[in-house]
Amino acid sequence: MNSLRSMLDALLQKQISSVELTNHYINRLEKYAHLNAFISIDTEHALQQAKIADQLIHNNQAKALTGIPIAHKDIFCTKNLRTTCGSKMLADFQAPYQATIVNNLAEQGAITLGKTNMDEFAMGSANENSYFGAVQNPWDTNRVPGGSSGGSAAAVAADLVAFATGSDTGGSIRQPAAFCGVSGIKPTYGLASRFGMVAFASSLDQAGPIAHSAEDLAIILQAMAGFDANDSTSIDQKVPDYPNLLKGSLKGLRIGLPSCFFQKEVNSAVQKAIHEAVKVFEQAGAVIIEMDLTLQPLWVPCYYVIACAEASSNLSRYDGLRFGYRSSKASSIKELITASRTEAFGEEVKRRILTGTYVLSSGYFDAYYLQALKIRRQIQQELLENLNKVDVILGPTTPDCAFPIGNCPADPVQSYLADVFTVAANLAGLPALSIPAGFKEGKLPIGMQLMGKPFSEAQLLNAAHQYQQMTDWHLARPDEDKL
Amino acid sequence: MNWDTVIGLEVHAQLRTKSKLFSGSAITFGTAPNSQTSFIDAGLPGVLPVLNQQAIVMAIQFGLAVNAQINDLSYFERKNYFYPDLPKGYQISQFQRPIVGKGHLDIWLDDQVKRIEIERAHLEEDAGKSIHDAHTNYTGIDLNRAGTPLLEIVTTPCMHSAEEAISYLKALHQLVRFLGICDGNMQEGSFRCDVNISLKPAGSTKLGTRTELKNLNSFRFIEKAIVYEQARHQELLESGQAVMQETRQFCPATETTLFLRSKENEHDYRYFPDPDLLPIAISMEQINLIKKSMPVLPAEIKSQLEKAELPTDDISFLLSTPATYRFFEQVHAQSDADVKTICNWLKGIYARALNDNNLTFDNPTVPAAELALLLNYVAKKTISNSIARQIFHKLWEKEGSVDEIIEREGYLAATNDNELESLIDDLIKQYPQQAQDYRNGKEKLMAFFVGQVMKQTKGQANPELVNDLLKKLLA
Repeated sequence: MNSLRSMLDALLQKQISSVELTNHYINRLEKYAHLNAFISIDTEHALQQAKIADQLIHNNQAKALTGIPIAHKDIFCTKNLRTTCGSKMLADFQAPYQATIVNNLAEQGAITLGKTNMDEFAMGSANENSYFGAVQNPWDTNRVPGGSSGGSAAAVAADLVAFATGSDTGGSIRQPAAFCGVSGIKPTYGLASRFGMVAFASSLDQAGPIAHSAEDLAIILQAMAGFDANDSTSIDQKVPDYPNLLKGSLKGLRIGLPSCFFQKEVNSAVQKAIHEAVKVFEQAGAVIIEMDLTLQPLWVPCYYVIACAEASSNLSRYDGLRFGYRSSKASSIKELITASRTEAFGEEVKRRILTGTYVLSSGYFDAYYLQALKIRRQIQQELLENLNKVDVILGPTTPDCAFPIGNCPADPVQSYLADVFTVAANLAGLPALSIPAGFKEGKLPIGMQLMGKPFSEAQLLNAAHQYQQMTDWHLARPDEDKL
Repeated sequence: MNWDTVIGLEVHAQLRTKSKLFSGSAITFGTAPNSQTSFIDAGLPGVLPVLNQQAIVMAIQFGLAVNAQINDLSYFERKNYFYPDLPKGYQISQFQRPIVGKGHLDIWLDDQVKRIEIERAHLEEDAGKSIHDAHTNYTGIDLNRAGTPLLEIVTTPCMHSAEEAISYLKALHQLVRFLGICDGNMQEGSFRCDVNISLKPAGSTKLGTRTELKNLNSFRFIEKAIVYEQARHQELLESGQAVMQETRQFCPATETTLFLRSKENEHDYRYFPDPDLLPIAISMEQINLIKKSMPVLPAEIKSQLEKAELPTDDISFLLSTPATYRFFEQVHAQSDADVKTICNWLKGIYARALNDNNLTFDNPTVPAAELALLLNYVAKKTISNSIARQIFHKLWEKEGSVDEIIEREGYLAATNDNELESLIDDLIKQYPQQAQDYRNGKEKLMAFFVGQVMKQTKGQANPELVNDLLKKLLA
């Protein structure tokens, strides 16, 4: 059962029961617990749900995902499991409500097996900023899985669940998907509800799935997406039938190749793999169009100003008063708030709160935040103009593959460059996905990013699906003996 | 040296929406702490605000009432600061682009119209409350008020005395209540005011350094605070000292203002557009629709009543609360009595009865229809004023309807022409000698007959009617 579709078929044809499938994943979860992909696991509840799912299947009442064991990134609020967001601040936080996308997937029958590890408050590109420890990359356990949805990507890569959810503020779905050799999509801003997803940078955050293939992603996104009256930025329009739209031929598909994605800083193996992939598309009839995205050098600086500004405000609610970690050392209200935040936030979170507070402060607001907003609009315009000439923009998801754990650059700005190709989609609100496109030195996955116009998910998923019909990178699995 | 006082006012009017500005929680005052607090109000992780459209309509109604520009595109921003009763660590407010732009409100001062310039009005959410006196060892937080919609109405520095400021505030208070967008309850904090005040040499065009007086919630306190602050500034300036730009608080016990914080200690609020909320787009169609549903404003009511030649005192009484005027209108619509008579009744016997029972026209004991009927009988001289008063008191005690009371108490005998006539006929037959003497010119006997009628009707006959009938029947 290499795909979600085959798993669903096996369940419906009763070749396997949901209880069996759930137990299969529970065994793997336990066997590969050292990967540290999970923060919380709820096998008991999952097995109860699996029994119900089997009953539903038996009664011919199965829905799109009935009986499929999955995991949620620990940024999505769930009623049965705590929601830590990878932070000491929320280590014991039990939400009294559930994220809309969690509800959506549950309504379609998916079973939550656990909550995955992540960088604290989704801030990081290596999953090394988690209060719950680093996650190992299943392809090389000495390496990081990427971040911030590192736990989700690792869990999918190691087949610990059928699929997992992630959130993507600057690449947090796509970058770990690339590092772990799996597929992930960040939808158009507003396609999936943000309600119940702990906010990092509200104007950039989007939820999306991580799975093995574009076809899997299409099935999951179909269930996840949709208008939510509880999220004012959610878009009120019908969700296309993604799985049924994986049909069109690639003939005439206009693929844009921005020169900036192939600079010398990009690892040569990565460049080579992407050029190979381009050839596959060309052979299938796609038209390759070279282009320049002149504002690319501004993507990362612009992103970090806006993301940090919003984060500094979004994280103000963690004051130790109503929920979350409270310091015992304080003797006044000011001390209580200061001590609680000092003790419970990690280094990177503090760094971004400080950066965000600085760029919003009077005297700096115009030079940083306002400037970043203007540049953001220009970046968006440049991308949209180019997307009028092409259907998708293609390139590597990341400049290089997974790096060793504990090898984080001393200069934090260097680690921010891991997001160099992914942040643009968030700044412009565009959909973008990452799929496996080869290996570096035979063992480290390389990810390819496809980015499209707003609400062009169907087209992106189809392009990725057609590519995966012609290649088998997405079928590769890490060596279980070395896991 | 003479000084000019310059005053600008910021009023926070709590909007009478059904629910909070960004959540579905109710906003009823005085409920158990945190019983009207949703996850959104408490700022839990992952929850999102959803704008209450009713608040938008109310803000537009206010804008239209003060002839203001309604901004077709405005947006919410976050005002960031830490405070125990501010759950999210920021207040959602409007800063760069408020929903209501420049407008004005005309007020009357010594029979002169003065135009008060309104700079802007914006929507924002209220904070919760810290409760310091409920527990000995810790402070309680009540988030019932957190997220309550406020319209902050800001004037230019265009007022020059406490009198002008109070006059404007009263006009504004009346306006928001007649619009139905604010209950105006100052004790409960539904209508509270910040005062910005400065002094400058008379005639100078350069504004002096201002101080800000925060959160005043009674007209009397506002007046006292302004007068005190005016004198304090003057004393400082005349002794060659500088006024410091600072925020002060009025202390009702001493009737003075006290230092709260200086300009240097002001927060840097780091305003920026709230990414959780879309900009508020308002179309001409929407504005026109709201225009059509606008209630009659106090200024227009005032000029209508002036045309009806109602004295100023009476107009002020009728406009004292929306309920008073609404009740007056209901009676007026159903009664032939003239405006002045209705007003006298409301202002006199009715208002006294309400006062005695600690009630207001919001809950009128005697329905408008019954009062209208009663006044119709008086107007037609069917019953006398004094009987009408007796009936009113019985109506108040809920002893039945006007007609039931008249019937039961036998007022009908005393009030009905035919019955009075037959009563007088009987009297003439009973006292033929006196009748004859009267007809022969002994006019004093009229008083005898009137006395007899009154005796038989227990004093309830309309004396005027009795006189007319006696004259007719004794002729």
